[in-house]
Amino acid sequence: MSHISPIIWQFLVKWMTNFALFPPEASKIAPQMDALYFFMVLVSLVGLTIVILLITSFSILYSKKRHPVAVQIEGSTLLEATWTIIPLGLFLVMFVWGALLYFRIYTPPANAMNIYVVGKQWMWKAEHPGGQHEINALHVPTGRPIQLTIISQDVFHSFSIPAFRVKREAIPGRYTSVWFEATLPGTYHLFCTQYCGTDHSHMIGEVVVLTPEDYKKWLEGSTSGSSLAQNGERLFASLSCAACHNTRPDARGPSLANVFGSRLTLSSGQQITADDAYLREAILNPSQHITQGYAPIMPTYQGQISEEGVIDLVEYIKNLDSDYRVQQTTASTTLLPEGEGKTTKAPAGPGANQGANQKAPEGMVKQ
Amino acid sequence: MNYLTKENGLLSWLLTGDHKRIAILYLISISFFFFVGGSLAGLIRLELLTPQSDLMATDTYNKVFSMHGIIMVFLFLVPSVPATIGNFFIPMMIGAKDLALPKINLLSWYLYIAAGIMILFTMISGGVDTGWTFTTPLSTHYVNTHVVTTGLGVFIAGFSSIFTGLNFIVTIHKMRAPGMTWFRLPLFVWSHYAASILMVLGTPVLAIALVLIVLERTVGIGVFDPTKGGDPLLFQHLFWFYSHPAVYIMILPGMGVISEVVSTFSRKRVFGYTAVAFSSVAIAVFGFFVWAHHMFIMGISNYAVLIFSLLTMLVAVPSSIKIFNWAFTLYKGSITFETPMLYAFGFMGLFTIGGMTGVFLGASGTDIHLTETYFIVAHFHFVMVGGMLMAFLSGLHFWWPKMTGRMYPEKISQLAAVVTFIGFNLTFFPQFILGTLGMPRRYASYPPEFQILNVFSTAGASVLGVGYLLPVLYLTWSLKYGEIAGNNPWQATGLEWQVQSPPLTENFPEIPIMDHEAYDYEWLENQKEKEVASVG
Repeated sequence: MSHISPIIWQFLVKWMTNFALFPPEASKIAPQMDALYFFMVLVSLVGLTIVILLITSFSILYSKKRHPVAVQIEGSTLLEATWTIIPLGLFLVMFVWGALLYFRIYTPPANAMNIYVVGKQWMWKAEHPGGQHEINALHVPTGRPIQLTIISQDVFHSFSIPAFRVKREAIPGRYTSVWFEATLPGTYHLFCTQYCGTDHSHMIGEVVVLTPEDYKKWLEGSTSGSSLAQNGERLFASLSCAACHNTRPDARGPSLANVFGSRLTLSSGQQITADDAYLREAILNPSQHITQGYAPIMPTYQGQISEEGVIDLVEYIKNLDSDYRVQQTTASTTLLPEGEGKTTKAPAGPGANQGANQKAPEGMVKQ
Repeated sequence: MNYLTKENGLLSWLLTGDHKRIAILYLISISFFFFVGGSLAGLIRLELLTPQSDLMATDTYNKVFSMHGIIMVFLFLVPSVPATIGNFFIPMMIGAKDLALPKINLLSWYLYIAAGIMILFTMISGGVDTGWTFTTPLSTHYVNTHVVTTGLGVFIAGFSSIFTGLNFIVTIHKMRAPGMTWFRLPLFVWSHYAASILMVLGTPVLAIALVLIVLERTVGIGVFDPTKGGDPLLFQHLFWFYSHPAVYIMILPGMGVISEVVSTFSRKRVFGYTAVAFSSVAIAVFGFFVWAHHMFIMGISNYAVLIFSLLTMLVAVPSSIKIFNWAFTLYKGSITFETPMLYAFGFMGLFTIGGMTGVFLGASGTDIHLTETYFIVAHFHFVMVGGMLMAFLSGLHFWWPKMTGRMYPEKISQLAAVVTFIGFNLTFFPQFILGTLGMPRRYASYPPEFQILNVFSTAGASVLGVGYLLPVLYLTWSLKYGEIAGNNPWQATGLEWQVQSPPLTENFPEIPIMDHEAYDYEWLENQKEKEVASVG
């Protein structure tokens, strides 16, 4: 090998050591995905081998030299039925298997921890329930189902983690979600896979999978001072939402206590479930989402609250319990109360009951 | 005297109503655009030789792959076989003097040229960087390039395609020679009939989608804008409602070529004629109901995903029927291995891979991991380049003697076919692995561990380039120096082979009467004996 130029040699060594043929399996779903993938590879290889064998053996046996006169054959119903039914059967197996996998990947379990992801040209922003913000990175613990609620602020993006075998489109103006459970600590690629303009190929980042202990340390070290719900509460107050949405009997808007997850009847008579997407729409596009029995008086907040602000509000509303009352404040008028430092908990408002919404980040799961 | 020598001068070509001359005009123009699109592909592969984005700015790269896609899809693949070989031979195969609507045929070429000039002009004056898919709201609100002119160019190209499809449908219904029943039609005609239905029904939807983009950009009507109550996904539904059937518009005519070539070079009737004919129609029908499989990860309803995934599996079946029917056409044949047959073998192998990997993407679960990566890129290049382009080259060599009256040089053509096959696999096979690793498509730069596979791919692209340049050289050479072909060099059964090469302007001295089945090699033998007897 000494005659190979050292530079080329180094190049080759670098390539070979840095060379990948299959992505790591770092989530619970990855081995299941790969099982179907390799089943399909196997079926394809068998199919391809049959086609190649047929072509080559017939080409040899019936070349003009060996077989100067062709025998005319119309066809064969039996043979044709065979190669209709067998592929059809195999494709149907793949369809069912694939659909099972699909439903698993896009149906988050009820106990999943929710992290919001906002895509914009050309970066990913992740918002943890405890208020931790990340850009082009996502820290997650092993052994815990994580649900991502994804939205785009501008164009279509797509949030892809090949090592987890999951991907979900980030759509402007609509929440989508995906979930996974990481199994293997390490750092993995995060890609935007939907073409989104100039720096599409720079809209990348890393997913850092940590052990639960390391994740706890990371959470503590990265806290921004207030949880999403706390940010949401301040926003709720500064927008004076409680002027109408309160629990008084003469309230002009419906009470938001326990609204998340409940069945609502709209003024159009339509029945819906109040999920993240509904809450978002009802804030930005209220005239389309009037609860039965209320006048369509709510103004639109389209363009006035950033996606992050909407997320804060939604997180806040999710946690509203039976009797909530919000401190009416006019002092804080910023729509994005980021980096204001840690607010003191339960600032003894006019009504003492601040409810469950004021709990620390651990209390985010709806009770 | 033949269609080439009957009249002379540029005007006699530019104002011709002769389907054969219009086919030649198309052949020259689509070849030109193929090499424009091919050069852009070369630039893409050069940029991807290294992980950094170093050859050009990312904006330039985005324009290069967008123009590559737009030119290759709308100006090469869609018109490729139908507008050239189909235009030339459908009337001859059914025993007609011309297409039913010769002036519409010429108009469709002019529309194609107008679209081509518009798109070329756009490219020279700055290009467009939306990708060939024009995804909203990127194309409507976020890019500052020539979306409107490109969109109108594609819109016009669409009309060219609608007119061609319409012309074929009318011709196949109304112009068949006496005795040419539907089940005596060559399978080439069946597959074009199926593709024509797709062109006529699908293309208007693309046109609507493009007009809505232009209106959104110019007056802001907001159909796709969520802040105005529009739906950003609606565009993709409209776009793929055309653009998925469009892949069948591209591949079906190629399948028609393969049926003719495999039958001719094994001197045997196509195995299961009816099944092959109806599988074309089945592909056309099912092809309209699978478009949302491009949107499995986009938050459409899970139940819609189930239905579209199931229908996608069903559309894969007729394609696999065709592959096995072609393979069994060889059984007990008398096979020779001229260039068209080599390309046809290449088609069968590569299309099998392209089709099977389509099933990976049609199964909703695996689609989540593989979509929007190089796996998709490899899959559709296996179908479109490995399938369609191989079929086009197969057909071009097969009918070249009839079109020009000269043989192409056999040995070097066989070499070119082998070079193309090797170059193709080296270029696109590594991309399946890249996609499985997760490398996203449309990336100007990528993580360094993907480099070695990209180097293979780029090396393959240079081999492929040689494979495509060779035919240009030797086919041009053969126009003057090629052996005189004679009427029926392949001993094929089609009506087009029973008349002189190159054909008369009116194709047949008198309208033939079809008194035998398609691919009837015994009839052909009897004809030869009769001729010998009458001469003797």
